Amino acid sequence: MDTILEMKNITKTFPGVKALDDVSIKVERGEIHALCGENGAGKSTLMKVLSGVYPHGTYEGDILYDGGVQAFKDIRDSEERGIIIIHQELALVPLLSIAENIFLGNEIAENGVVNWPATFARTGELLAKVGLKENPATLVTNIGVGKQQLVEIAKALSKKVKLLILDEPTASLQENDSQKLLDLLLEFKAQGITSILISHKLNEINRVADRITIIRDGKSISTLDARAGTITEDDIVKDMVGRDMAHRYPERTPNISTEKLMEVRNWSATHPLHPERKVVDNVSIDVAAGEVVGIAGLMGAGRTELAMSIFGKSYGTDISGEVLIKGKPVDVSTVEKAIASGLAYVTEDRKEMGLILDESITTNITLANLGGVSERGVLNDGAERSVAEDYRKKINIRTPNVGQKVVNLSGGNQQKVVLSKWLFAAPEVLILDEPTRGIDVGAKYEIYTIINQLAADGKGVIMISSEMPELLGMCDRIYVMNEGEIKGQLAAKDASQEAIMRMILKA
Amino acid sequence: MTDTDNKSIGYYLRTHIREYGMVVALVAILAFFQVLTDGIMLKPVNLTNLFLQNSYIIIMAVGMLLVIVGGHIDLSVGSVVGFVGALAAVMIVNWDLPTAFVIPACLVVGAIIGAAQGYWVAYWRIPSFIVTLAGMLVFKGLTLALLGGASVGPFPSEFQAMSSGFLPDIFDRFIEGRFNVFSMTIGVVLAALLPILGLRARAKQAKFAAVDEPMAFFIVKHAVAGLAILFVTYLLSTYRGLPNILIIMALLIAIFTFITNSTTLGRRIYALGGNEKAAKLSGINTKRLTFFTFANMGMLAALAGLVFAARLNTATPKAGLAFELDVIAAVFIGGASMSGGVGKVIGAVVGALIMGVMNNGMSIIGVGIDWQQVIKGLVLLAAVIFDVYNKNKA
Repeated sequence: MDTILEMKNITKTFPGVKALDDVSIKVERGEIHALCGENGAGKSTLMKVLSGVYPHGTYEGDILYDGGVQAFKDIRDSEERGIIIIHQELALVPLLSIAENIFLGNEIAENGVVNWPATFARTGELLAKVGLKENPATLVTNIGVGKQQLVEIAKALSKKVKLLILDEPTASLQENDSQKLLDLLLEFKAQGITSILISHKLNEINRVADRITIIRDGKSISTLDARAGTITEDDIVKDMVGRDMAHRYPERTPNISTEKLMEVRNWSATHPLHPERKVVDNVSIDVAAGEVVGIAGLMGAGRTELAMSIFGKSYGTDISGEVLIKGKPVDVSTVEKAIASGLAYVTEDRKEMGLILDESITTNITLANLGGVSERGVLNDGAERSVAEDYRKKINIRTPNVGQKVVNLSGGNQQKVVLSKWLFAAPEVLILDEPTRGIDVGAKYEIYTIINQLAADGKGVIMISSEMPELLGMCDRIYVMNEGEIKGQLAAKDASQEAIMRMILKA
Repeated sequence: MTDTDNKSIGYYLRTHIREYGMVVALVAILAFFQVLTDGIMLKPVNLTNLFLQNSYIIIMAVGMLLVIVGGHIDLSVGSVVGFVGALAAVMIVNWDLPTAFVIPACLVVGAIIGAAQGYWVAYWRIPSFIVTLAGMLVFKGLTLALLGGASVGPFPSEFQAMSSGFLPDIFDRFIEGRFNVFSMTIGVVLAALLPILGLRARAKQAKFAAVDEPMAFFIVKHAVAGLAILFVTYLLSTYRGLPNILIIMALLIAIFTFITNSTTLGRRIYALGGNEKAAKLSGINTKRLTFFTFANMGMLAALAGLVFAARLNTATPKAGLAFELDVIAAVFIGGASMSGGVGKVIGAVVGALIMGVMNNGMSIIGVGIDWQQVIKGLVLLAAVIFDVYNKNKA
């Protein structure tokens, strides 16, 4: 067997973060090579380096592909050499037909005039190859997610693929669709196409992968040979999570009230566009005053959807269930009412949903509690500034001036502005969704300290995070969520990454 | 950025180039036409006309600013101007209803028209471009239907006074002469009041934190503004005094500047346009706000319609034609952002004045309507390019 791809000592740095640190991976021709790692381990970054999204020169190390060192300038460049990547988020245009999507940007045309008969005939052939029985003229929006995934693969096949990269292809698929897709991969393997499969589903990896490379914290940890069939899921999990966690989290002595501060009972919500998909399914959780409760799960487990549907029905339709604060049912049907009931929700995506980037720190901090800095609807400039100054000092927002636009702040400081906004709204319970995403280690420690302080002040904190060590380091209790359901909960002393992973995977 | 930088005038100017750039441009354009028209531009009679001619654009620009800051647009305002003018004419001339009833009734009708359009935009999330395009067609048609294709007029004098009347000189019993002493007095009081209010605001701000604006800059700004006010009121006083419509405009500008700068309502509109999702997740009722901006726009368009009809002293089927374009152009020249969240009332007013001065000046020197359009179009484009250029540079 010869090597089709070797990525040697790849290092990729973003301002302040080393996303990839000396990563190497070797893929043999004709194999299915699985790439495993936690969220944020660097899998996607590595694939972006490979496909030219991060062009040659922005990373260190070499890509040896098909016999030579490659210097891809962009995706087009790598696609021409037969490297096709299918992203987790499908890149299809919903209101175009299957045929139009497959040949988008690569049309069968002469002098700009599309040859539709040839396009449809060729689409028919490609669809047959991936086993999709659909009319090429059908609009993509009218077929299910599983079939859309197949259209993406057909699109890849239309481009003379040599190395197919699938980024979590089965994440949003039903069981039987996933099986079909994996069968298809095995078939491609028989035809000599090499695949790299990124997946969290270890049973699937075990089923189809020849070899498995595991990366963690931006470093390649190991490459396991699965062909002999002796690799177990535990072997993979161990390499995925094994790291020490000493002193990354501030010390805290929990002082947890025996009474429940907030309870959510039998909460359900469905997808706003696909009413048949239950995104949150009969979830019941609670948090006590002074307690930090974590919700663990993989991407797409329904954690953000749970939080947002609770917080003023900001997500989903057909929402049912009950929220109780201090034992009394409260109305959380609008964000205004949810805030009035004592809830706060710090969004996962601070730029899209948390901040007004073009406005000042002051404006952002007072936004959720304008009543606190105004009288009869007239804002008190001075009071506003002193509130902002107060938080700047208290939680250490690094800026010379609270009139500064938040767009100019670093990620960590932006996150502190969002936290300040919600602290100023004086809630009882804070739901923090990925509170440390995309910020550096030092700022993380500061955020953790704020969270501990909140708990010490008798607030209830619910923390959603994809970084398991963070949950283990911070929480008193951890709920494990998968596919919209609570799969179980672990007390801090019983929790470990292996235990959480097993709880997720046991479905 | 260090503290010393913070206090330097140069730095302050660079960071506020957009706000003052347009004022400088307005003055430059005024001076340019003053020379080109051999001094006709700033003749009292022409200056008076300038305000009368542009009053309805400025009135609507104030409302349009809120709509655009909120992230939407209203294309129907020109048709609403025509419709409300026609409605007023029919009510007063054909039905003999008293002016004192017709004016508030028309304002309410305007608010209802705006609310009806805002309802679809806010609660059904239908793009405002489409809703108000439909409104534009509907009210253009209704104007024709209401007037039966003919002009209706003339109006009684108390109705006309709204637009072509002047503030009477209550002092002329004591001081004889053509010079309107009362108007001049108002100008003097205003010129004195603004720096006092400004100083008070600074003192209040200084109690809590450092003031951004350098003191020297504050003094120069208020000196220039004060002199401008005195100069303009002096010129107007030598003619017939302050036009009533100027008082109405000044009040509107003051009210809406206050709303946008100092109230929670204004802050929420900026938040809505700046990041709707974040605003919503901060507990702001974004739908109701959007609805409000449209209802408000409808009412101001109705006011503009009344003013315009009073000025022409007749309601014609063609009234209000293409006004929406001038209004929207004024707001964008004044520095508002197409994507919402950015823009100032005073900017929109300056934008409207720039357009007005150019119209007026070009007409005086005999530039044809054809080339006027070309030049106005290019000025709009240049103003927005200037914006984008500044933003990219920062």
